[in-house]
Amino acid sequence: MTNRPTTEFMLSVTPQPTPRRRRPLIVRLLMKPEGAITIAFLLFVVVLAVFAWVIAPVPPNLTDLNTVNAPPFSPGHPLGADQSGRDILSRLAWGSQPTIIGALIVLVVSVLVGVTSGLLAGFFRGKAEGVGTFVSDVIMSLPGIVLLIALYTLTGPNIPAAMAVFGILVAPTYFRLVRSVVVNVRNELYVDAARVVGLSNTRIIGRHVLWAVRGPVIIQSAFIIAAGIGIQAGVDFLGLGDPKQPSWGTVMQDAFNNIYNNPVGVWWPALLISLTILSLVLLGNILRDELQSTGVRPLSNRSKRTLTRDSTARPVKAVPGGENVIAIRGLKVAYPQAGGTITEVVHGVDLDVKPGEIHGLVGESGSGKSQIAFSTLGILPKEAITLSGSIWMDGDDLLADGKRLASARGSKIGYVPQEPMSNLDPSFTIGAQLTYGLRAVRSMSKKEARAELLALLTRVGIRNAEQVFRMYPHEISGGMAQRVLICGAIASGPKLIVADEPTTALDVTVQAEVLELLRELSRERGLAMILVTHNLGVVADICDVVSVMRDGRIVEEADVESLFASPKQAYTQELLASSRSVEIIEEAS
Amino acid sequence: MSEAILSVKDLVVTFGAGRTAKTVIDHVSFELHAGETLSLVGESGSGKTTIGRAILGLAPVSGGEVRFRDKTISNTSRRERRKTAHDIQVVFQDPYSSLNPSMTVEDILVEPLKVAGIADGRSRVRKLLDSVGLPADSGSRFPKEFSGGQRQRIAIARALALEPAVIICDEPTSALDVTTQAKVLELLRELQERTGVAYLFISHDLGVVNSISDRIAVLYQGHIVELGEAAQVTHHPAHDYTRRLQMSAPVADPAAQRERREQRLALFAAAGAVEPAPAIAQQPTV
Repeated sequence: MTNRPTTEFMLSVTPQPTPRRRRPLIVRLLMKPEGAITIAFLLFVVVLAVFAWVIAPVPPNLTDLNTVNAPPFSPGHPLGADQSGRDILSRLAWGSQPTIIGALIVLVVSVLVGVTSGLLAGFFRGKAEGVGTFVSDVIMSLPGIVLLIALYTLTGPNIPAAMAVFGILVAPTYFRLVRSVVVNVRNELYVDAARVVGLSNTRIIGRHVLWAVRGPVIIQSAFIIAAGIGIQAGVDFLGLGDPKQPSWGTVMQDAFNNIYNNPVGVWWPALLISLTILSLVLLGNILRDELQSTGVRPLSNRSKRTLTRDSTARPVKAVPGGENVIAIRGLKVAYPQAGGTITEVVHGVDLDVKPGEIHGLVGESGSGKSQIAFSTLGILPKEAITLSGSIWMDGDDLLADGKRLASARGSKIGYVPQEPMSNLDPSFTIGAQLTYGLRAVRSMSKKEARAELLALLTRVGIRNAEQVFRMYPHEISGGMAQRVLICGAIASGPKLIVADEPTTALDVTVQAEVLELLRELSRERGLAMILVTHNLGVVADICDVVSVMRDGRIVEEADVESLFASPKQAYTQELLASSRSVEIIEEAS
Repeated sequence: MSEAILSVKDLVVTFGAGRTAKTVIDHVSFELHAGETLSLVGESGSGKTTIGRAILGLAPVSGGEVRFRDKTISNTSRRERRKTAHDIQVVFQDPYSSLNPSMTVEDILVEPLKVAGIADGRSRVRKLLDSVGLPADSGSRFPKEFSGGQRQRIAIARALALEPAVIICDEPTSALDVTTQAKVLELLRELQERTGVAYLFISHDLGVVNSISDRIAVLYQGHIVELGEAAQVTHHPAHDYTRRLQMSAPVADPAAQRERREQRLALFAAAGAVEPAPAIAQQPTV
């Protein structure tokens, strides 16, 4: 065995630009102002609970008739005193402990019950899932507060028991969340791979599945704790708690009963409860942003304009194009990156397409070929930025005027997408979608549209057009769906079709038929076409002119015969060689 | 060719039960010999992937049996099944979902070794990475830092870790660019020469299959319609369907492709009713 191939591989393995190692979660949270503030406040509440015996000036139940309804900031009572002369600050500080413990009971019970059952239901499906879902639906239909009041008649004032029951009542939120995450993870190929490698179910769950649910569970927990605090305060406020033990809810209740004598007293517990709940909900939202987002935000319109201003102001000497159907000049497209920078993915591309010409845009993934197709149609993803360039059609620059681009799309420029199935709306019949599309660009009656579309459907090779017209997308095959989309693209009589990998999702026998159809239509109607593909065989089959793209540039452009016969660029040669290495070479048969 | 190490006999796979039951694989039989590459080629819905999954114990076997050497491995208990991990491994189509994004490459490669009770797993990782042409320092990185082709190399390294006798390659290159595909196929060939592993290679692309196989089985709607030596199946297909597959794949040469297209059209004009494909799908796929 020689070493040759191995060294070759080594050379080809250029490490991807290593993304900067992300900082630990807690650091990222603290770096955001709202994260720092909420965490600081929650820490303050915890300190209040743990060090109540230091912070509280007096014991919580010490009554002093001299200070009944003392106003805030009176000596010895920073927040005032209640109707029995008890110090409000002390009561709130001492009351934090049971409040936090209660919320933790809710959290622990609901996580234990909800996450475990969700894991089992999602992983094993079948009966476990059926039973779990039924039970969780039943629990969710129970009125929580009413149940807790009923519980009071059984157990008396017993907050831990009430909180445990509340934990079970909210467990279904975890159950549903975890189950749906696990069902998805279970279909991931890495779980199959782990099975094949011989991992037991327990280890698969521990190693692969638990990790995937951890993010959503952490986020949900912030909201559950908030709900726990709210419910506990509510239960105490209704008088179902232990009157001897202070808690935020009982302080609130006392203050409320005394609101006419000491209106300020209600403020303190209300503020503490709302701010704590607010902090938790905010923290949950920030956690969600940090754990589930990519860190890339679309740029604002203003910064987009700053980036593109110089280019739009650029004077154009002459209208390029001439007899061309479409002429692209100096097109640059970029995407924002995490950290506020932008990366250019198309570096100033020029492209001309003559009437009736099928122009192949070929390249590997990431070469920017689809970006050009989407720019022509004005359907780039929202975060994309067109830095500069112009797209000329009939003497107008489509990029300079969004309205013009929108009106050209669908009327002058048709589009055939890659995934035929996801480009048909499953809730409408084929006929309804086609009619809608056609009538959006041409004023005609439904009846006229129908007649025209039926004829066109027959033209694109659908034999029982009347029947297909009434069908829903799921009733037809992928190849037929692509024919329907081609029919939709040519219905408005466009001059140009942009086809983005139109046959990649199709079987090879169907691909041959669809290519045949595209060729016939182009000849018959003088249609120009931009055909984006990675398949050189498709290019050889159907294209007149080819542009080879690599890393956002067109590296070679030639008519199809000369490109395949004598490729000039090393990259084109490599593409051709790789592509031919897996071809069935003709033998005289 | 040496003895059959994996034999599939009258395999039937049915999904669902009762009225909605659908037989996806209908009495399929073949044998895989040690050190050879046998390919299953077919279009979507032909059941090629299902056969691979049935052999791996990931799809239900409703009839027939799968034997590895002298042992029946279909319909055994999970515990019993796990013992075959040493012998039969897999490389999946999608290099993105086949690697756990939260594990480092080293952890991914050590996992099978740990399960097998091999203690010095970590020291083997470097050798594994080297054998698939990845830099030695890849171990500490996460899958997302690698390209599709590199990820597929990691998946191949994982399959190799237990030194299996058979690797089931389920469309291992169809998600890759054509230049990357050529390199990964080259790697698979090289590894076979070095280790003598047998491949059951599953693909929709007759060309790819031809470049790597000793023998080819052509699947159509759950049946094997043709099975034979690679050269014979690709160049002198006996079955009409194989011929259609062969004629439909475009070649990267305009003149040759024009000729092939004319041949194809002539063939179908002669066959008449065969083309175009049935207008209404029998099995709508989602």
